Amino acid sequence: MSQAAFEQLVDISLTVNGERVEARVPAGRHVVDFLRLDLGLTGAHAGCEHGVCGACTLQIDGEIVRGCLILAAQMDGAEIWTIEGVTDSKEITDLQDNFVERNALQCGFCTPGMIFAARDILTRHQGVPSREDIREHISGNYCRCTGYEAIVDAIETTARARNSEQEAAE
Amino acid sequence: MKASVAGYARAQSLGHAFDLLQSAQGEAVVIAGGQSLVASLNLRLSEEALLVDIRHLPELRGVVLHEGVLRLGALTRHAELAQAPLVAEHAPLLTQAAPLIAHAAIRSRGTLGGSLANADPAAELPACMIALAAEILVRSAGNERRIPADAFFEGLFTTALEEGEIIVAVDIPLKAAGDRHVIRELTRRSGDYAIVGLAGVKSVDGVRLAYFGVSDKPVLAAGAMTILNSGGSIEDAVSALQDDLDPESDPHASAEYRRHLAAVLLRRVLADMTNS
Repeated sequence: MSQAAFEQLVDISLTVNGERVEARVPAGRHVVDFLRLDLGLTGAHAGCEHGVCGACTLQIDGEIVRGCLILAAQMDGAEIWTIEGVTDSKEITDLQDNFVERNALQCGFCTPGMIFAARDILTRHQGVPSREDIREHISGNYCRCTGYEAIVDAIETTARARNSEQEAAE
Repeated sequence: MKASVAGYARAQSLGHAFDLLQSAQGEAVVIAGGQSLVASLNLRLSEEALLVDIRHLPELRGVVLHEGVLRLGALTRHAELAQAPLVAEHAPLLTQAAPLIAHAAIRSRGTLGGSLANADPAAELPACMIALAAEILVRSAGNERRIPADAFFEGLFTTALEEGEIIVAVDIPLKAAGDRHVIRELTRRSGDYAIVGLAGVKSVDGVRLAYFGVSDKPVLAAGAMTILNSGGSIEDAVSALQDDLDPESDPHASAEYRRHLAAVLLRRVLADMTNS
Protein backbone atom coordinates (compact mmCIF):
# COMPACT_ATOMS: atom_id res chain seq x y z
CA MET A 1 0.00 0.00 0.00
CA SER A 2 1.22 3.50 -0.73
CA GLN A 3 0.18 6.94 0.41
CA ALA A 4 -2.35 6.81 -2.44
CA ALA A 5 -4.72 5.25 0.13
CA PHE A 6 -5.04 8.73 1.63
CA GLU A 7 -7.51 10.94 -0.19
CA GLN A 8 -7.42 14.69 -0.54
CA LEU A 9 -11.03 14.67 -1.69
CA VAL A 10 -13.32 12.35 0.25
CA ASP A 11 -16.72 11.04 -0.88
CA ILE A 12 -19.38 11.14 1.82
CA SER A 13 -23.03 10.19 1.94
CA LEU A 14 -25.13 11.50 4.81
CA THR A 15 -28.41 13.17 5.73
CA VAL A 16 -28.73 16.85 6.54
CA ASN A 17 -32.02 18.03 8.05
CA GLY A 18 -33.62 14.80 6.89
CA GLU A 19 -32.48 15.09 3.27
CA ARG A 20 -29.97 12.75 1.65
CA VAL A 21 -26.72 14.46 0.62
CA GLU A 22 -23.86 13.04 -1.48
CA ALA A 23 -20.74 15.16 -1.59
CA ARG A 24 -17.03 15.18 -2.31
CA VAL A 25 -15.22 17.24 0.31
CA PRO A 26 -11.62 18.39 0.83
CA ALA A 27 -9.99 16.30 3.58
CA GLY A 28 -9.51 19.31 5.87
CA ARG A 29 -12.99 20.83 5.43
CA HIS A 30 -14.81 21.43 8.74
CA VAL A 31 -18.43 20.33 9.02
CA VAL A 32 -19.47 23.93 9.65
CA ASP A 33 -17.77 25.08 6.43
CA PHE A 34 -19.24 22.14 4.51
CA LEU A 35 -22.70 23.23 5.64
CA ARG A 36 -22.14 26.93 5.03
CA LEU A 37 -20.07 26.92 1.85
CA ASP A 38 -21.11 23.73 0.07
CA LEU A 39 -24.75 23.41 1.13
CA GLY A 40 -25.59 27.08 1.70
CA LEU A 41 -26.83 26.40 5.23
CA THR A 42 -25.41 29.46 6.95
CA GLY A 43 -27.25 29.09 10.26
CA ALA A 44 -24.32 27.53 12.09
CA HIS A 45 -21.69 30.24 12.50
CA ALA A 46 -17.92 29.87 12.27
CA GLY A 47 -16.47 31.93 15.11
CA CYS A 48 -13.19 31.05 16.81
CA GLU A 49 -12.58 27.91 14.73
CA HIS A 50 -10.82 26.14 17.56
CA GLY A 51 -13.64 24.80 19.66
CA VAL A 52 -13.95 27.54 22.25
CA CYS A 53 -16.81 29.89 21.35
CA GLY A 54 -19.64 27.45 20.58
CA ALA A 55 -21.12 29.49 17.70
CA CYS A 56 -20.88 26.44 15.41
CA THR A 57 -22.79 24.09 17.78
CA LEU A 58 -25.12 21.76 15.89
CA GLN A 59 -26.42 18.21 16.17
CA ILE A 60 -24.78 15.09 14.74
CA ASP A 61 -26.14 11.59 15.38
CA GLY A 62 -28.41 12.84 18.15
CA GLU A 63 -25.82 14.81 20.13
CA ILE A 64 -24.61 18.38 20.12
CA VAL A 65 -21.11 18.91 18.76
CA ARG A 66 -18.71 21.62 17.65
CA GLY A 67 -18.95 22.05 13.85
CA CYS A 68 -15.39 23.42 13.74
CA LEU A 69 -13.84 20.42 15.51
CA ILE A 70 -15.24 17.79 13.16
CA LEU A 71 -14.11 17.14 9.63
CA ALA A 72 -16.73 16.67 6.94
CA ALA A 73 -14.62 13.73 5.74
CA GLN A 74 -15.63 11.88 8.92
CA MET A 75 -19.33 12.37 8.21
CA ASP A 76 -20.03 9.39 5.95
CA GLY A 77 -23.27 7.85 7.24
CA ALA A 78 -23.97 10.68 9.70
CA GLU A 79 -27.26 12.40 10.45
CA ILE A 80 -26.86 16.17 10.84
CA TRP A 81 -29.43 18.68 12.03
CA THR A 82 -28.82 22.41 11.74
CA ILE A 83 -30.77 25.38 13.05
CA GLU A 84 -32.56 25.57 9.67
CA GLY A 85 -33.86 22.02 10.06
CA VAL A 86 -35.03 22.29 13.66
CA THR A 87 -36.63 25.67 12.90
CA ASP A 88 -38.60 24.28 9.94
CA SER A 89 -39.79 21.33 12.01
CA LYS A 90 -41.19 23.84 14.55
CA GLU A 91 -39.99 21.74 17.48
CA ILE A 92 -38.25 24.70 19.11
CA THR A 93 -40.64 27.52 18.20
CA ASP A 94 -41.43 28.03 21.89
CA LEU A 95 -37.74 28.34 22.77
CA GLN A 96 -37.10 30.75 19.91
CA ASP A 97 -40.14 32.85 20.86
CA ASN A 98 -38.89 33.03 24.44
CA PHE A 99 -35.44 34.18 23.24
CA VAL A 100 -37.14 37.04 21.36
CA GLU A 101 -39.59 37.80 24.17
CA ARG A 102 -36.83 38.03 26.77
CA ASN A 103 -34.29 39.85 24.51
CA ALA A 104 -31.94 36.90 24.87
CA LEU A 105 -30.00 38.00 21.81
CA GLN A 106 -28.66 41.23 20.41
CA CYS A 107 -26.27 40.72 17.52
CA GLY A 108 -27.43 37.11 17.10
CA PHE A 109 -24.07 35.59 16.24
CA CYS A 110 -24.12 33.12 19.14
CA THR A 111 -27.84 32.40 18.92
CA PRO A 112 -28.01 29.31 16.66
CA GLY A 113 -25.34 27.56 18.75
CA MET A 114 -26.92 28.76 21.97
CA ILE A 115 -30.31 27.43 20.86
CA PHE A 116 -28.77 23.99 20.22
CA ALA A 117 -27.15 23.94 23.69
CA ALA A 118 -30.48 25.05 25.22
CA ARG A 119 -32.46 22.52 23.22
CA ASP A 120 -30.07 19.81 24.42
CA ILE A 121 -30.62 20.46 28.13
CA LEU A 122 -34.39 20.90 27.60
CA THR A 123 -34.50 17.49 25.91
CA ARG A 124 -32.24 15.63 28.33
CA HIS A 125 -33.25 17.08 31.68
CA GLN A 126 -36.17 15.55 33.55
CA GLY A 127 -38.43 18.31 34.86
CA VAL A 128 -37.23 21.91 35.12
CA PRO A 129 -33.43 22.29 35.29
CA SER A 130 -32.02 24.70 37.89
CA ARG A 131 -30.51 27.98 36.71
CA GLU A 132 -27.15 26.55 37.77
CA ASP A 133 -27.70 23.48 35.55
CA ILE A 134 -28.67 25.75 32.65
CA ARG A 135 -25.59 27.93 33.12
CA GLU A 136 -23.38 24.84 33.25
CA HIS A 137 -24.90 23.46 30.06
CA ILE A 138 -24.42 26.69 28.08
CA SER A 139 -20.96 27.29 29.57
CA GLY A 140 -19.35 26.29 26.26
CA ASN A 141 -21.27 28.95 24.31
CA TYR A 142 -20.01 32.53 24.40
CA CYS A 143 -22.34 35.51 24.15
CA ARG A 144 -20.70 38.92 24.15
CA CYS A 145 -23.94 40.95 24.11
CA THR A 146 -26.42 39.82 26.72
CA GLY A 147 -24.51 38.89 29.86
CA TYR A 148 -26.34 35.53 29.75
CA GLU A 149 -29.03 36.42 32.31
CA ALA A 150 -31.72 36.84 29.64
CA ILE A 151 -30.62 33.63 27.93
CA VAL A 152 -30.95 31.66 31.17
CA ASP A 153 -34.37 33.30 31.69
CA ALA A 154 -35.55 32.25 28.21
CA ILE A 155 -34.43 28.65 28.68
CA GLU A 156 -35.92 28.45 32.18
CA THR A 157 -39.23 29.91 30.96
CA THR A 158 -39.37 27.34 28.16
CA ALA A 159 -38.59 24.50 30.57
CA ARG A 160 -41.32 25.60 32.99
CA ALA A 161 -43.91 25.93 30.22
CA ARG A 162 -43.06 22.52 28.75
CA ASN A 163 -43.13 20.95 32.21
CA SER A 164 -46.58 22.42 32.97
CA GLU A 165 -47.92 21.17 29.66
CA GLN A 166 -46.54 17.72 30.36
CA GLU A 167 -48.02 17.63 33.87
CA ALA A 168 -51.38 18.80 32.51
CA ALA A 169 -51.29 16.01 29.95
CA GLU A 170 -50.60 13.29 32.56
CA MET B 1 -8.27 29.03 10.91
CA LYS B 2 -8.92 26.10 8.60
CA ALA B 3 -7.45 22.69 9.32
CA SER B 4 -4.30 21.75 7.42
CA VAL B 5 -4.84 18.17 6.29
CA ALA B 6 -2.84 16.45 3.56
CA GLY B 7 -5.06 13.40 3.23
CA TYR B 8 -7.68 11.25 4.92
CA ALA B 9 -8.27 7.51 5.11
CA ARG B 10 -10.92 5.66 7.04
CA ALA B 11 -9.60 2.45 8.58
CA GLN B 12 -11.86 -0.56 7.93
CA SER B 13 -10.21 -2.67 10.63
CA LEU B 14 -7.41 -2.37 13.15
CA GLY B 15 -5.11 -4.25 10.74
CA HIS B 16 -6.01 -1.78 8.01
CA ALA B 17 -5.20 1.10 10.38
CA PHE B 18 -1.71 -0.36 10.99
CA ASP B 19 -1.18 -0.75 7.23
CA LEU B 20 -2.19 2.87 6.67
CA LEU B 21 0.14 4.12 9.40
CA GLN B 22 2.99 2.09 7.95
CA SER B 23 2.36 3.28 4.39
CA ALA B 24 2.55 6.89 5.53
CA GLN B 25 6.06 6.32 6.89
CA GLY B 26 5.64 8.40 10.01
CA GLU B 27 3.63 11.17 8.35
CA ALA B 28 0.22 9.98 9.57
CA VAL B 29 -1.63 10.65 12.80
CA VAL B 30 -4.57 8.75 14.21
CA ILE B 31 -7.87 10.60 14.52
CA ALA B 32 -10.87 9.44 16.55
CA GLY B 33 -13.10 12.13 18.10
CA GLY B 34 -10.63 14.79 16.98
CA GLN B 35 -11.52 17.19 19.79
CA SER B 36 -7.89 18.10 20.49
CA LEU B 37 -6.38 17.09 17.15
CA VAL B 38 -8.69 19.13 14.91
CA ALA B 39 -8.27 22.18 17.18
CA SER B 40 -4.52 21.83 16.84
CA LEU B 41 -4.79 21.34 13.05
CA ASN B 42 -6.94 24.50 12.92
CA LEU B 43 -4.35 26.45 14.88
CA ARG B 44 -1.63 25.02 12.60
CA LEU B 45 0.16 23.68 15.68
CA SER B 46 0.40 20.29 13.97
CA GLU B 47 2.25 19.65 10.74
CA GLU B 48 0.06 19.17 7.69
CA ALA B 49 -1.05 15.65 8.45
CA LEU B 50 -2.30 12.47 6.87
CA LEU B 51 -5.21 11.27 8.99
CA VAL B 52 -6.07 7.66 9.79
CA ASP B 53 -9.68 7.63 11.06
CA ILE B 54 -10.25 4.84 13.61
CA ARG B 55 -13.58 6.13 14.90
CA HIS B 56 -15.63 3.29 13.45
CA LEU B 57 -13.59 0.31 14.63
CA PRO B 58 -15.78 -1.93 16.81
CA GLU B 59 -12.73 -3.62 18.41
CA LEU B 60 -11.89 -0.32 20.14
CA ARG B 61 -15.32 0.06 21.72
CA GLY B 62 -17.02 -1.22 24.81
CA VAL B 63 -17.16 -0.96 28.58
CA VAL B 64 -16.91 -4.46 30.07
CA LEU B 65 -15.72 -6.47 33.06
CA HIS B 66 -12.85 -8.59 31.80
CA GLU B 67 -10.80 -11.01 33.93
CA GLY B 68 -11.30 -9.07 37.15
CA VAL B 69 -10.73 -5.58 35.79
CA LEU B 70 -12.86 -2.89 34.18
CA ARG B 71 -11.88 -2.70 30.52
CA LEU B 72 -12.68 0.54 28.71
CA GLY B 73 -12.33 0.62 24.95
CA ALA B 74 -10.18 3.44 23.59
CA LEU B 75 -13.17 4.91 21.73
CA THR B 76 -15.22 5.32 24.93
CA ARG B 77 -16.44 8.91 24.74
CA HIS B 78 -16.40 11.25 27.77
CA ALA B 79 -20.21 11.43 27.64
CA GLU B 80 -20.31 7.61 27.87
CA LEU B 81 -17.87 7.58 30.81
CA ALA B 82 -20.20 9.95 32.66
CA GLN B 83 -23.24 7.70 32.05
CA ALA B 84 -21.98 4.10 32.11
CA PRO B 85 -23.32 2.14 35.11
CA LEU B 86 -20.26 -0.18 35.15
CA VAL B 87 -17.96 2.85 35.40
CA ALA B 88 -20.06 4.34 38.22
CA GLU B 89 -19.88 1.05 40.11
CA HIS B 90 -16.23 0.10 39.58
CA ALA B 91 -14.37 3.33 38.81
CA PRO B 92 -16.47 6.25 40.10
CA LEU B 93 -13.41 8.48 39.81
CA LEU B 94 -14.08 8.54 36.07
CA THR B 95 -17.81 9.21 36.53
CA GLN B 96 -16.80 12.27 38.56
CA ALA B 97 -14.04 13.28 36.15
CA ALA B 98 -16.01 13.17 32.89
CA PRO B 99 -18.27 16.20 33.55
CA LEU B 100 -15.15 18.25 34.35
CA ILE B 101 -13.85 17.77 30.81
CA ALA B 102 -14.64 20.73 28.53
CA HIS B 103 -18.33 21.10 27.58
CA ALA B 104 -21.25 18.87 26.60
CA ALA B 105 -20.68 19.48 22.87
CA ILE B 106 -17.08 18.24 23.23
CA ARG B 107 -17.74 15.35 25.63
CA SER B 108 -20.15 13.93 23.05
CA ARG B 109 -17.23 13.39 20.70
CA GLY B 110 -13.93 13.28 22.58
CA THR B 111 -12.57 9.82 23.48
CA LEU B 112 -10.64 8.25 26.35
CA GLY B 113 -7.91 6.92 24.06
CA GLY B 114 -7.59 10.30 22.39
CA SER B 115 -7.18 12.12 25.69
CA LEU B 116 -4.50 9.67 26.86
CA ALA B 117 -2.58 9.73 23.57
CA ASN B 118 -2.73 13.53 23.49
CA ALA B 119 -1.27 13.70 27.05
CA ASP B 120 -2.18 17.26 27.87
CA PRO B 121 -0.59 17.85 31.29
CA ALA B 122 -3.67 19.73 32.51
CA ALA B 123 -6.17 17.07 31.38
CA GLU B 124 -8.17 15.03 33.88
CA LEU B 125 -8.06 11.50 32.44
CA PRO B 126 -4.28 10.96 32.37
CA ALA B 127 -4.08 11.83 36.09
CA CYS B 128 -7.08 9.57 36.79
CA MET B 129 -5.31 6.65 35.10
CA ILE B 130 -2.29 7.15 37.37
CA ALA B 131 -4.43 7.48 40.52
CA LEU B 132 -6.31 4.31 39.54
CA ALA B 133 -3.08 2.41 38.73
CA ALA B 134 -4.58 1.59 35.34
CA GLU B 135 -2.79 -0.22 32.53
CA ILE B 136 -2.91 1.05 28.97
CA LEU B 137 -3.23 -1.61 26.28
CA VAL B 138 -1.39 -0.75 23.12
CA ARG B 139 -1.21 -2.65 19.86
CA SER B 140 0.87 -2.38 16.70
CA ALA B 141 0.99 -4.49 13.54
CA GLY B 142 3.06 -7.23 15.16
CA ASN B 143 2.86 -6.66 18.88
CA GLU B 144 0.67 -5.97 21.87
CA ARG B 145 1.86 -4.56 25.18
CA ARG B 146 0.49 -3.26 28.45
CA ILE B 147 1.94 -0.04 29.83
CA PRO B 148 1.34 0.99 33.45
CA ALA B 149 -0.13 4.50 33.53
CA ASP B 150 2.82 5.59 35.72
CA ALA B 151 5.18 4.89 32.82
CA PHE B 152 2.92 6.00 29.96
CA PHE B 153 3.06 9.79 30.32
CA GLU B 154 6.57 11.02 29.58
CA GLY B 155 6.22 14.76 29.16
CA LEU B 156 4.38 17.59 27.44
CA PHE B 157 2.10 15.90 24.87
CA THR B 158 4.56 13.00 24.92
CA THR B 159 3.78 9.36 25.77
CA ALA B 160 5.42 5.95 25.65
CA LEU B 161 3.50 5.22 22.41
CA GLU B 162 5.85 4.29 19.62
CA GLU B 163 5.37 4.86 15.92
CA GLY B 164 2.70 2.56 14.53
CA GLU B 165 1.10 1.89 17.92
CA ILE B 166 -2.54 2.56 18.78
CA ILE B 167 -4.19 2.54 22.22
CA VAL B 168 -6.89 -0.14 22.13
CA ALA B 169 -8.19 -0.08 25.72
CA VAL B 170 -7.37 0.57 29.36
CA ASP B 171 -7.69 -1.91 32.22
CA ILE B 172 -8.71 -0.49 35.58
CA PRO B 173 -8.56 -2.38 38.92
CA LEU B 174 -12.05 -2.68 40.40
CA LYS B 175 -13.02 -0.46 43.30
CA ALA B 176 -13.46 -2.44 46.54
CA ALA B 177 -16.26 -1.75 49.01
CA GLY B 178 -14.40 0.62 51.33
CA ASP B 179 -12.36 2.42 48.64
CA ARG B 180 -12.77 6.13 48.05
CA HIS B 181 -12.48 7.91 44.71
CA VAL B 182 -12.32 11.71 44.61
CA ILE B 183 -11.34 14.22 41.93
CA ARG B 184 -11.28 17.96 42.40
CA GLU B 185 -9.93 20.76 40.27
CA LEU B 186 -9.75 24.52 40.33
CA THR B 187 -10.61 26.42 37.16
CA ARG B 188 -11.42 30.02 36.43
CA ARG B 189 -14.48 29.05 34.37
CA SER B 190 -16.50 25.88 34.05
CA GLY B 191 -15.02 23.65 31.35
CA ASP B 192 -11.58 25.26 31.31
CA TYR B 193 -8.44 23.21 31.75
CA ALA B 194 -7.57 23.04 35.44
CA ILE B 195 -5.12 25.51 36.96
CA VAL B 196 -4.45 22.66 39.37
CA GLY B 197 -6.33 19.38 39.83
CA LEU B 198 -6.01 16.31 42.03
CA ALA B 199 -7.29 12.78 41.45
CA GLY B 200 -7.20 10.60 44.56
CA VAL B 201 -7.89 6.92 45.19
CA LYS B 202 -7.91 5.37 48.68
CA SER B 203 -7.80 1.59 48.98
CA VAL B 204 -6.42 -1.07 51.34
CA ASP B 205 -3.04 -0.47 49.68
CA GLY B 206 -3.12 3.15 50.81
CA VAL B 207 -3.87 6.41 49.07
CA ARG B 208 -2.70 7.39 45.57
CA LEU B 209 -2.66 11.09 44.68
CA ALA B 210 -2.14 12.24 41.09
CA TYR B 211 -1.89 15.96 40.39
CA PHE B 212 -2.53 17.58 37.01
CA GLY B 213 -1.77 21.08 35.75
CA VAL B 214 1.39 21.32 37.89
CA SER B 215 4.05 19.99 35.54
CA ASP B 216 4.64 18.85 31.95
CA LYS B 217 2.82 15.60 32.84
CA PRO B 218 0.58 14.28 35.63
CA VAL B 219 2.54 13.85 38.86
CA LEU B 220 2.18 11.30 41.66
CA ALA B 221 2.66 13.07 45.01
CA ALA B 222 4.98 10.34 46.29
CA GLY B 223 6.20 12.09 49.44
CA ALA B 224 2.71 13.06 50.62
CA MET B 225 1.48 9.52 49.87
CA THR B 226 4.29 7.94 51.93
CA ILE B 227 3.45 10.14 54.90
CA LEU B 228 -0.30 9.47 54.70
CA ASN B 229 0.20 5.76 54.14
CA SER B 230 2.42 5.44 57.23
CA GLY B 231 -0.10 7.18 59.47
CA GLY B 232 1.36 10.71 59.23
CA SER B 233 -0.70 13.87 59.58
CA ILE B 234 -2.39 15.85 56.83
CA GLU B 235 -0.21 18.86 57.69
CA ASP B 236 2.96 16.79 57.21
CA ALA B 237 1.60 15.55 53.88
CA VAL B 238 0.89 19.14 52.82
CA SER B 239 4.49 20.05 53.73
CA ALA B 240 5.77 17.14 51.66
CA LEU B 241 4.08 18.62 48.56
CA GLN B 242 6.88 21.21 48.58
CA ASP B 243 9.24 18.47 47.39
CA ASP B 244 6.68 16.46 45.39
CA LEU B 245 5.64 19.29 43.10
CA ASP B 246 7.67 21.79 41.14
CA PRO B 247 5.09 23.83 39.22
CA GLU B 248 6.04 26.55 36.78
CA SER B 249 4.60 30.00 36.33
CA ASP B 250 2.58 30.70 33.20
CA PRO B 251 0.06 33.38 32.15
CA HIS B 252 -2.71 31.51 34.02
CA ALA B 253 -1.06 31.25 37.44
CA SER B 254 2.25 31.72 39.22
CA ALA B 255 4.20 28.75 40.56
CA GLU B 256 3.58 29.95 44.10
CA TYR B 257 -0.17 30.20 43.54
CA ARG B 258 -0.19 26.67 42.09
CA ARG B 259 1.64 25.40 45.18
CA HIS B 260 -0.97 27.08 47.35
CA LEU B 261 -3.84 25.55 45.36
CA ALA B 262 -2.21 22.11 45.46
CA ALA B 263 -2.24 22.24 49.26
CA VAL B 264 -5.86 23.45 49.28
CA LEU B 265 -6.87 20.57 47.01
CA LEU B 266 -5.05 17.98 49.11
CA ARG B 267 -6.97 19.04 52.22
CA ARG B 268 -10.27 19.03 50.32
CA VAL B 269 -9.71 15.66 48.67
CA LEU B 270 -8.69 14.02 51.96
CA ALA B 271 -11.74 15.57 53.67
CA ASP B 272 -13.98 14.23 50.88
CA MET B 273 -12.45 10.76 51.32
CA THR B 274 -13.17 10.84 55.04
CA ASN B 275 -16.69 12.23 54.68
CA SER B 276 -17.96 10.29 51.70
